[in-house]
Parts: sequence; C-alpha cells; structure tokens
Amino acid sequence: MPEIILKYQAEIWQSIGETFVMVGISIFAALLVGLPIGTLLYLCRKGQMLENRALYSSLNIFVNIVRSFPFLLLVVFLIPFTRFIVGTAIGTMAATVPLSIMAIAYYSRLVEQALLEVPRGIIESAVSMGASVPEIIFKFLFVEARSSLLLGLTTSTISFISYSTVMGIVGGGGVGDFAIRYGYQRFETELMIYMIIIMIFFVQMIQYTGTTIAKKLDKR
Amino acid sequence: MCTVISLHNVSKSYQQHQSILQAVHSVSLNIDKGEIHGVIGASGAGKSTLLRLMNVLETPDQGIVVVNNQTLTTLSNRKLREARRSIGMIFQHFNLVANKTVFANVAVPLELAGYSKKAKGDRVKECLEFVGLRDKAHQYPAQLSGGQKQRVAIARALANRPAVLLCDEPTSALDPQTTAGILDVLQTVNKELGVTIVIVSHEMDVVKSICDKVTVMESGEILETVSIESQAYIIPKNDPKWFLQQLTEKERNSNA
Ligand SMILES: Nc1ncnc2c1ncn2[C@@H]1O[C@H](COP(=O)(O)OP(=O)(O)O)[C@@H](O)[C@H]1O
Ligand SMILES: [Mg+2]
Repeated sequence: MPEIILKYQAEIWQSIGETFVMVGISIFAALLVGLPIGTLLYLCRKGQMLENRALYSSLNIFVNIVRSFPFLLLVVFLIPFTRFIVGTAIGTMAATVPLSIMAIAYYSRLVEQALLEVPRGIIESAVSMGASVPEIIFKFLFVEARSSLLLGLTTSTISFISYSTVMGIVGGGGVGDFAIRYGYQRFETELMIYMIIIMIFFVQMIQYTGTTIAKKLDKR
Repeated sequence: MCTVISLHNVSKSYQQHQSILQAVHSVSLNIDKGEIHGVIGASGAGKSTLLRLMNVLETPDQGIVVVNNQTLTTLSNRKLREARRSIGMIFQHFNLVANKTVFANVAVPLELAGYSKKAKGDRVKECLEFVGLRDKAHQYPAQLSGGQKQRVAIARALANRPAVLLCDEPTSALDPQTTAGILDVLQTVNKELGVTIVIVSHEMDVVKSICDKVTVMESGEILETVSIESQAYIIPKNDPKWFLQQLTEKERNSNA
C-alpha cells in the first residue's frame, strides 16, 4: 500500500463514504420520482393511453430546464430550496438535494425513451385482454423494458458520480472533492492519481454490473 | 342462429395531415355464433380497423357495437375491460411479451381475471396442451418459431374461455406449411370449443380454406358478404424440384 494512501486513510474512507451517500440518495430519488415521471411522460404523449398535453408539456419543460442548467449553477440556484428541505445548504446531505433533482430529470428522460422502445403491438394486446393502465405498466411495459430501464439507471449512476465530484462547492465532500483539495491544491499529484484510479474502478464496476444484469434480464 | 357480434352503421375516420381518412364507413354486419367469418380486401381497405372496432380497440365515431349481448359502445371503461376478457384477439406479429416465458405469457390474462395461483397453473397447462406446446412452457418467445409463437398467442387468447376470437392476419407472417398448422388449430378452436372466429386476411387461400362466410371490403365499405363451402388449404410442397416445376410450368404457359 503506497505510503500516501496510508497517511490519508481516514480521509479517503470518509470521502468514499460521502460519495456513496450522495450517489446512493440520487439513485433512490431517480427510482422513486424519476421512474414515475418518465412513465408519465410516456403515457401522456400524443396518441398514448393517457394523452394529456398540459401534463406532458409541464413535465417535459421541467426535465429540459433541469438538464440544460450548467450543473454548478443549478446547485447555487437551488440553495434556498435545499435549505428548506434539509435545513442547511452546506454539507453532504445538502449536496444530495441538487444531485437528486438532476438525477430525477436525467433518469426520467431515459425511462421515457426505454418505454418508447416497447413495441406498440404489445400494448395493443394488453388492451385487448382488458388490462387497466396500472396493469399495462407493471405487467407489460416495465417487464418488456426492464433491461433498458436498468441500463439507463447504470448510465445515470455514472453521471451522478461525475456530478458529485463538484459538490465540494457546498461542502458536500466525496472522492472528487478530496482529490481536488488534497491532490490538486496541495500538489499531492500522486494522491490525486490514486483518487482518480478509485473513481475509474467504481465506474467500471458499476458499468460491468449493470451491463451483466441487463443482459441476463433481456430475453428479447 | 343467434348473433354474437353485431355492428350497426359503424364509422371510423382518422385525421391524416390536413385531410380526414374514412377508414370504415357506415358498416353494418352480423356474425352468428359458431361461425368462422372471414374479412378480405386489399391493403388499406379497412379490414383491421373493422376488426378493432369489434372489441372497441378503436372507438367508433358513430354506430353501435354489440358483442355477447353487451353494447360495448356504451359501457364504462371498467365494464368494457371486463367485456374484453371474453373477446380473444391474435395478431400478425404475435405480440407476446418477449421477457416472459411461454407459461407467463399465457398466465397474464388469468392474472387480470383474478385467478388463484393453483387455478392459473392448471388452466395455463390446459391451454398449452390444446395448442400442442406443453413442453415449451419454460422457454422464451425468442426461442420459438413463428408458428409456435402464434400457437402461444392462441393459447393466451383462449385462456379466459372467450366466446369470440378476433384474428388480424394471423398467418401473414408465416410460411405455407406453418399457416396450414395454425389454420388447423383455429378450426379446432371453432369446432371443439364452439368459439366464434373472425379472421382478417388478404390471402384468398386462407379465407377459402376455413371460413363459412366471407365479407369482402373495399375502401372502408362492405362490398358483399357471401357464404362459402370451405375447401382444404393446399400446402405447396417445400422442395426445390417442386419450385422448379412450378417456375418452368409458368414459363411454358406464357410461351404458349
Ligand atoms: N391509427 C391510424 N391513424 C391514421 N390512419 C390510420 C390508422 N389506422 C388505419 N389508418 C388508415 O385507415 C385505412 C385502413 O387501414 P386498415 O384498417 O389498417 O386497413 P387494412 O387492414 O385493410 O390494410 C388505411 O388507409 C390506413 O392508413
Ligand atoms: Mg390490416
């Protein structure tokens, strides 16, 4: 084990923990809110089961606006909202708020796209069997789109890791922030490189796991 | 004879760009219980639309649709969904859920109808037995041939013991040998289970071979409905010599 890593062992573990918290909560928000929003985007589209122009446009605009914000500006812009939700605008928990908002917007678009790939004929057969909208969603749409939904979540997770690296700006910490503060600003180049390797390792692991499971789930 | 499907002055149009396309224009049609009823016509004649009006997959602009003595066009959404359970439907491209096994595909309509696990399992096996695919229960659709997929779709459509089976070009994606097999199954469904069948096709041989009555459509309207004597579906032989013979015979005819 390189000496430099041993020296900063405690800080490194803490930063990894912070990244896990930020990314973990973002994934949770993506699933809890992004999945329903993406499904609604799909259902409310023109010619779909719950066609609803007003709702579609509102959700679509929300998703587009969030995604077109430069992420740092979104963080700053959301400070009042963050303070309202977690009581403070500083720290790891505060950092999860803008990350989660981005995660929701990001994943809901990928969910919409995944559902659009489901052949129309399958929905048609579901309707002809007398399935209700919730039954169509859970027994047909999500089943048929499950591997795309998982791949979308994998892609999203990797983006959240990348976004989480700038959360130092509001004291969010994490691996990226540690690499910048100790590695870059204190000229510990070796440390910075080790931190980058750790990040690459995480990303590879997540991509590999996501792709492998998605392949297993895909019987098409 | 009592009528199971009855359309009264049913119309359906679609907005296409600036113009309105009249896909089905004021059609009236009665289909009797136990019949195999064909609908034939050129591509775009409105056959599929007519079929989809029978289970109100398309809501008619005007007219009345009655199936099994229920007026589908006035039912609430909930009642309509219930009514659809006794109207099976199969499609040209099978429309099976690719990520579900054969067993799970056939089980879906039973789950929708609230079957218990045990009753569901028994009924699925029964249906798969009927179409001759009991041994494929745990395979996925991608592992099956086209004919086998259509058999699964038939099993799925029959699971809830429907009175009516609507078929939209059920053999149009299949080769002639497989077509003959599917037509056999449909005939058995009709004879043994007493299910009334409506079959839309653009293939004359298919319609001629199993239908009791055939409706001919043209530009959204019914040209005529005729009773026919069904005749055996002629399976062309699948060997190269036969192909050659057919080709050279054609040539001889045109040379003559
Ligand atoms: N959902 C739709 N939107 C617009 N036009 C449609 C739609 N469905 C069918 N049509 C049109 O209605 C006509 C009849 O279609 P269809 O019933 O599918 O004919 P067929 O099954 O006899 O080939 C065609 O001209 C087709 O383009
Ligand atoms: Mg058609």
